[in-house]
Amino acid sequence: MKEALSNLKKLTALDGVSGEEKPVRDYIVSKIKDYVDDYYVDNLGNLITYKRGAGNGPKVMLDAHMDEIGLMVTQINSDGLLKFRTIGGIEARVLVGKRVRIGENGVPGVIGLKPLHLQSPKERGGTVDKKQLTIDIGAKDREQAESKIEIGDLAAFEYDPVEFGDNKLMAKALDDRVGCAVLIELLKHNYESDIYGCFTVQEEIGLKGAKTATFQVKPDLALILEGTTCYDVPDTKEYGMSTICGGGPALTIMDRSVITDKELVKHITDTAKVHGIPYQFKRTISGGTNAGRIQAGGTGVKVAIIALPCRYIHSPVSVMDIDDFENMIKLSKKVLETLPVSITLYREQGGKVNV
Amino acid sequence: MFEIINKLTRTFGPSGNEGNVAVLISEMLKGKVDEIKTDALGNLICIKKGSGKKIMLAAHMDEIGVIVSYIDDKGFLRFGGVGGINPFVILGQRVVFENGTVGVIWYEENIDNIKNIKLEKMYIDIGAKSVKEAEELVNVGDMAVFEAGTVLQNGRIISKAMDNRIGCAILIKMALNEPKTDNEIYYVFTVQEEVGLRGARTAAFGIVPDMALAVDVTTTGDTPECKPMSVSIGNGPTIKIKDRSVIAHPEIKDRLIKCAKEENIPHQFEILMQGGTDAGSIHTTAGGIPSGGVSIPTRNIHNTAEIVDMKDVENAVKLLEAFVH
Amino acid sequence: MECGELLKKLSDIRAVTGRENMATEKIAELFREYCDDVYVDAFYNVIGIKKGQAEKPCNVLVTAHYDEIGLIVTGIEDSGFLRFSAAGGVDAKAIGAMEVTVHGKEDLFGVIGVKPPHLISPEDKDKGIKMEDMRIDIGFGGEKAKELVSIGDMVSFNSPARELMNNRVAGKSMDNRSGVAALIEILKELQRLKHDDNVYVVATVQEELGLIGAICATYNIKADLGIVIDVCHGDMPDAPSDEAFPLGKGVAVAIGPIISRKHTKECMKLAKEENIPYQIDPEAGDTGTEAAVHAVAREGIPVILLSIPSKYMHTTVEMVSVNDVVSTGKLAARYIAGRAKE
Repeated sequence: MKEALSNLKKLTALDGVSGEEKPVRDYIVSKIKDYVDDYYVDNLGNLITYKRGAGNGPKVMLDAHMDEIGLMVTQINSDGLLKFRTIGGIEARVLVGKRVRIGENGVPGVIGLKPLHLQSPKERGGTVDKKQLTIDIGAKDREQAESKIEIGDLAAFEYDPVEFGDNKLMAKALDDRVGCAVLIELLKHNYESDIYGCFTVQEEIGLKGAKTATFQVKPDLALILEGTTCYDVPDTKEYGMSTICGGGPALTIMDRSVITDKELVKHITDTAKVHGIPYQFKRTISGGTNAGRIQAGGTGVKVAIIALPCRYIHSPVSVMDIDDFENMIKLSKKVLETLPVSITLYREQGGKVNV
Repeated sequence: MFEIINKLTRTFGPSGNEGNVAVLISEMLKGKVDEIKTDALGNLICIKKGSGKKIMLAAHMDEIGVIVSYIDDKGFLRFGGVGGINPFVILGQRVVFENGTVGVIWYEENIDNIKNIKLEKMYIDIGAKSVKEAEELVNVGDMAVFEAGTVLQNGRIISKAMDNRIGCAILIKMALNEPKTDNEIYYVFTVQEEVGLRGARTAAFGIVPDMALAVDVTTTGDTPECKPMSVSIGNGPTIKIKDRSVIAHPEIKDRLIKCAKEENIPHQFEILMQGGTDAGSIHTTAGGIPSGGVSIPTRNIHNTAEIVDMKDVENAVKLLEAFVH
Repeated sequence: MECGELLKKLSDIRAVTGRENMATEKIAELFREYCDDVYVDAFYNVIGIKKGQAEKPCNVLVTAHYDEIGLIVTGIEDSGFLRFSAAGGVDAKAIGAMEVTVHGKEDLFGVIGVKPPHLISPEDKDKGIKMEDMRIDIGFGGEKAKELVSIGDMVSFNSPARELMNNRVAGKSMDNRSGVAALIEILKELQRLKHDDNVYVVATVQEELGLIGAICATYNIKADLGIVIDVCHGDMPDAPSDEAFPLGKGVAVAIGPIISRKHTKECMKLAKEENIPYQIDPEAGDTGTEAAVHAVAREGIPVILLSIPSKYMHTTVEMVSVNDVVSTGKLAARYIAGRAKE
């Protein structure tokens, strides 16, 4: 478990904005290559790993996405400031006052805001307009900025992970390095089933990587390992809290992209009960995950989501509970270990197969 | 204690007209302190001599009110606010002048939306039939205060001018108790706090104390659907952390906390988002005077019926006695 | 220490306005290297004295505030989340998803939470957020939180200073640690120059709460000339061009009714002679800086206001040019020393 946490921290410190996941992928390869039978990188950049099962279990796909939200430089202004667009959903006020690193060389920059003193009364009480924000790398004009930056460069938040409070971890990109760290851990063990560990790309811009990965793997069932929304803060109605930080890994019944497989979810909750592992159901139906893509792949895939509650997700200061993380590993591992005896499958020919 | 409070709250004393209050207090403290004096602005300074540190305790005597600005042909009085006057609060209220003349505040009824009401659209009716009749009772420039009684009920006091006669009462009670100390105590009853913390500044400049406390009222967060604030009436006097005029000096704040803990006096912490206190003007005077404050949690401040809890008042006296010890 | 390094170090020091005592000793330590005497007054102003060589020296008082804006804890929820309000002019729009340090019984890491976009309803998208609706998450439950934090504890932002292109530095407290860095540049420069007058450099407190430290310092130190060093707005998009000054083009020297015209003119003349870059900062009002205090302190102190252009004031990434800090220090020091020639 210690290693899993250390992997997680190192993974969050790496930059992998959608489309530029290589640093994350390289790290993952170094951690899994001795545990899997085969691995390769597909055309989109997904890292697909294969681990032969000992028995005749269902073909299982495990999915965790490597990419994170970030920014893309879209224009270099004459005054040397960089215009940008967000990659993935980021609130404007999350961007203000933040440090970023841009491009392969990690050029440092900051995002400022017109000072309160110079704002009109209307601006003061209002919201931040994303279009007005720029990245400032200190360049004095366009020419100087161009010596370091190209249009299209991606930028990630420059925030290091911090353990704090009561067993909490703050980091950027918990969504979904958490899934990556859990998946690395799962690949260290052996199972009855054939396991395809898929570290996918471009989830944040519309579940892209999962589509091609599913096409290649053609799994019977898939488990999606995610970081999910959590807003268990005061003044939020309990039904609006999504999940509770520290309440155990969260299972999704429905979100905007998917209704998960009833039987698979029951298998997960049964497993949790047998082993005394805490879990919770996600209370909101917001957000989408790779589960939607994977379920729709081929002739259909049974899917379930095991997710880690992350407060302030899609910000550089996401917060999770370390116990939740450990329970997520425990639960997913037990779920995989007990799979073959308890699941109904529908193979390509459409017939019902009891394994 | 209630008797002291009752006498104080019933005494007329809007900002700039604190004389009656000062007379009442000096009568109460005669013989209990070593020196009583008044300065040019009207601050009442009562000194208990000592060889130790000079400690200034300030409570302002003035209360909010209204001032007559114009008397029209029909004898209606136009007026402005003295201190923070909320038009909604005074609507329909009775006011009383120093000479006992009573008036009632009403407004021009053709107003489109009562939400937009301003003091300029309001007037005082003293029942006069003409300007002449009105001028026999009231002159332009005269001030009036709310007419409202003082009641002790459920261990709580409901009254006008609790801000800040309650602070005055605490200092009086303390001086009457004659707490044992080597320090030199300046019980300062200040003027014109409600119009800009004015009296305290000149008083502090004259005294140049080693440290100062303002004893005043603070808002609370214990009424239905109010703005959040971690202060309730009955849970003890507050130790001031910050208001709009001052951030309490760390040593003063820490000394108060230490005293409260040692003497087991219930207390709360005050971060007042609106309004300031005499400490605000004292602490920047004469090169800087470390200052802080002790406040009484008070509901409906600047209203005709402000409410405090008697236990808080008694505990404030204890806390201050421990502080000056 | 080289000025850029010094500036980063200073920016990372935590001294939330009104509770500067947390950093007083660190500032005093920096002064000690260059001063004949260093002391701290009752309000935690840090005063460094460098004695002049004249038989009857005049006193020059140079102030730069060292407090920073921050937050103050106003309540602790049973769930362990902290309510807060601003200490100084904090923009609620600029602090979402920010790392902070809560100065409780011990220094505690925390973050200011934000609702994820997934959970924000469309009708709430365009609503401004109020500080009273925000919370700090310190990761502890209510019981532990109440043990470690009390109402009134200060909170500072975590935003370590970063070096950018063109010798620019961004960090949480360039307002006004860049002024404090300039004080040290003055002291360094005076080490080499002869000066007749006594120089009092004062890192002042509670500027952000209403110039409180300067009010005390200007009363206690009887000065014949005052120099105030603060920041002004750096040029940035959307800022009025006559109120904002480009970074790297030198110190902004103020001209205006409360500023001593005589000293300012001489100061500019000196800058030209010595090739020190400067810009002219027209100030029609009382400037909102400590110069407003100097001007009316005691019998009135003739005052010069030197400002270092800073972008994004009162955010956690305030940005200044190290070159401007150096030129500010150089100009002030040479002006002080040059007075010997009169």
